[in-house]
Amino acid sequence: MDGEHQCLCAQKSEEELYPELDKIIDEHRGKPEDLIMVLHKAQNLFGYLPRKVQEKVALGLNVSLNEVYGVITFYAFFTTVPKGRHSIRVCLGTACYVRGGQGVIEKIKKDLGIKVGGTTEDRRYSLDVVRCIGACGLAPAMLINDDVYARAKPAKLTEIVEKYE
Amino acid sequence: MINLTINGQKVQVEDGATILEAAQKADIHIPTLCYLAEVQAIGACRVCLVEIEGNRNLQASCVFPASEGLVVHTNNDRVRKARKFAVEMLISNHPMECLACARNLNCELQSLAEELGIREVRFIGEQSEGRIDDLSPSIRRNQNKCILCRRCVTVCKEIQGVSAIFTQGRGFETRVEPAFDASLNDVACAMCGQCSVVCPVGAITEKENIEEVWEALADPTKIVAIQDAPAVRAALGEEFGFAPGALVTGKMLAAARKLGFDLVFDTNFAADLTIIEEGNELLKRVKEGGVLPLITSCSPGWIKFIEHFYPEMLPHLSTCKSPHQMLGALTKTYYAQKAGIDPKDMVVVSVMPCTAKKFECNRPEMNDSGYKDVDYVLTTRELAKMIKQAGIDFASLENGSYDDPLGEYTGAATIFGATGGVMEAALRTVYEVVTGKTLDNVEFTAVRGLQGIKEATIPVEGIGDVKVAVAHGLGNARKLLESIKAGAQYHFIEIMACPGGCVSGGGQPIPVNNEIRRLRAEALYQEDRDLGLRKSHQNPSITKIYEEFLDTPLGEKSHHLLHTRYTARGVYKD
Ligand code: SF4
Ligand code: SF4
Ligand code: SF4
Ligand code: FES
Ligand code: FES
Repeated sequence: MDGEHQCLCAQKSEEELYPELDKIIDEHRGKPEDLIMVLHKAQNLFGYLPRKVQEKVALGLNVSLNEVYGVITFYAFFTTVPKGRHSIRVCLGTACYVRGGQGVIEKIKKDLGIKVGGTTEDRRYSLDVVRCIGACGLAPAMLINDDVYARAKPAKLTEIVEKYE
Repeated sequence: MINLTINGQKVQVEDGATILEAAQKADIHIPTLCYLAEVQAIGACRVCLVEIEGNRNLQASCVFPASEGLVVHTNNDRVRKARKFAVEMLISNHPMECLACARNLNCELQSLAEELGIREVRFIGEQSEGRIDDLSPSIRRNQNKCILCRRCVTVCKEIQGVSAIFTQGRGFETRVEPAFDASLNDVACAMCGQCSVVCPVGAITEKENIEEVWEALADPTKIVAIQDAPAVRAALGEEFGFAPGALVTGKMLAAARKLGFDLVFDTNFAADLTIIEEGNELLKRVKEGGVLPLITSCSPGWIKFIEHFYPEMLPHLSTCKSPHQMLGALTKTYYAQKAGIDPKDMVVVSVMPCTAKKFECNRPEMNDSGYKDVDYVLTTRELAKMIKQAGIDFASLENGSYDDPLGEYTGAATIFGATGGVMEAALRTVYEVVTGKTLDNVEFTAVRGLQGIKEATIPVEGIGDVKVAVAHGLGNARKLLESIKAGAQYHFIEIMACPGGCVSGGGQPIPVNNEIRRLRAEALYQEDRDLGLRKSHQNPSITKIYEEFLDTPLGEKSHHLLHTRYTARGVYKD
């Protein structure tokens, strides 16, 4: 989600998270009106919403999978792709936008071959857009995990990104 | 009561009415698109805009509540321009393929463009790239023509309780389809076609089989038989300018011959046969303590639904095939033998009010004659198209007749097309078979009409009180099944997938609403009253087919040709 911090370290395997998901679903069983809330909790747990999670939520809340997927694809804060080990977040707030943020995004998209919101196939990187990270004086700004990169120049980006294994 | 003024005219409406409803009451026309009475009012398309004095913005009249003293203008210059703009925006992202579209001349977008006097397409926008999904044997979806009115989503979710399609994505990327870009063929879709009936444009239609049928008719080596379901005769006329509720049985049969069908049979014959087989099945289960309630199986949309959503309840289903499948199997066995025709040279075409039967005739188990029992299913709409393509002047046709023996039917068969009809027909026969007495009043009005779930208790000497229930529309079916799971006791239940039963099936003429449902059903009840024989067991051709061929109800031949089995399917796959 924009600007919000998420734990990206995969400490537990996905399989181990399912019992926790079941607990969440149990609290909302048969309540279609709780769908968005449950999807939030599930995404916080898994970092994304894989098909199997969607199916379980659908069955548990008594909503069709088609509707669950419709809700997920409607709201930008839900994602169906897993996050990469390294999260690249490029600022497109006003200051960064004016000073070349879009160029930064285009360069990274081209280098990694993914879209905004996407993850590379080797799950090394994922790319997102954020709105103002409070570093306007250093625009255009970008974050890789917790590291801030100021005055990011497209020419230097390849090298910076490569450092994250 | 609320008093308001629309276009200078004083209007009084009930509390809770919308401006649109108030205008309709005063015979003031406001164009609409996403709105559909009895289905949805969501204010999405902005076609029904009106000006309300004291309100800065124009408002969607289909959702704006009428209130005391409102002064409304539905047709001033500002409103006309805004409305036109809304439709122009829709058109800017619409493929203009009217000439090659299944809904040409019966399309709400076309009519609106005409009504609003659109003469040029001012905005040529980027057109979204939609897909065409024609993998389902029943339903064809063309996302490019979708105007995102969401009527199909609402019908499928709220009325059918299925939710096989939903809006996916947002903004310019919005689509109406199943999850994960799946085909309708690969999700839990009942194939009922109710989505195709409410779609205002050509974005959801039946999967047409007209070309295959023309080819069969043109093939001199083929003997081509046609059969029409009961509901077809109560609605086909609408495609040719007859008022809803016109009964056109004779013209329908005459048209079939003009189209070149060699044999004109009637699904109604097999409806009578279904009553004999299913009635005996019920009595057997009651006597032997079998699984009760017994639930009817003549609606293949309902069958697909229970297979997906309640597979644990499949033992409740009657094992009877739907009537047209029985007739297909008998055409290629009983009739073929009688007439000395090699069944491999026969083609059976069923004209049905239904899209789910297109799926049904392709089920692998529907080959009991040794061949595909029914080769093609056409909807009522497709039959009308063929009649038009053949240049037949339907309205002036003389009454035709069906061929014996697979055409003769009683009034009990013809009411199969309305919700409650199968139940009523079954009760007429079961009562007489069990008690050995004559049933004087054959009309069981408690199971007629459009109430979602109907119940009745009928005392039958020898069994006691027989408790029955009838549900139509899959959402109501779901409610009834849940009540059975919770312990409600019944002997016999009729379920039809489509709201109103087959008269308003997914393949019937468009539009449909409750008034039209009622009129079509009344046409069938009229035919029932007009027929001398009103009980299935009185049909002489039925007596004869047991003597000559089937031997006894639920006997070995019946078991092989007239009964079937079901498949438990998951909610997610198949
Ligand atoms: S849906 Fe209507 S407007 Fe669109 S191509 Fe078909 S007939 Fe024309
Ligand atoms: S055919 Fe019936 S179940 Fe399938 S999408 Fe259409 S309305 Fe829903
Ligand atoms: S497919 Fe038809 S009914 Fe469904 S949203 Fe599109 S235009 Fe409306
Ligand atoms: S706009 Fe980018 S940091 Fe403020
Ligand atoms: S008809 Fe009222 S907004 Fe579409």
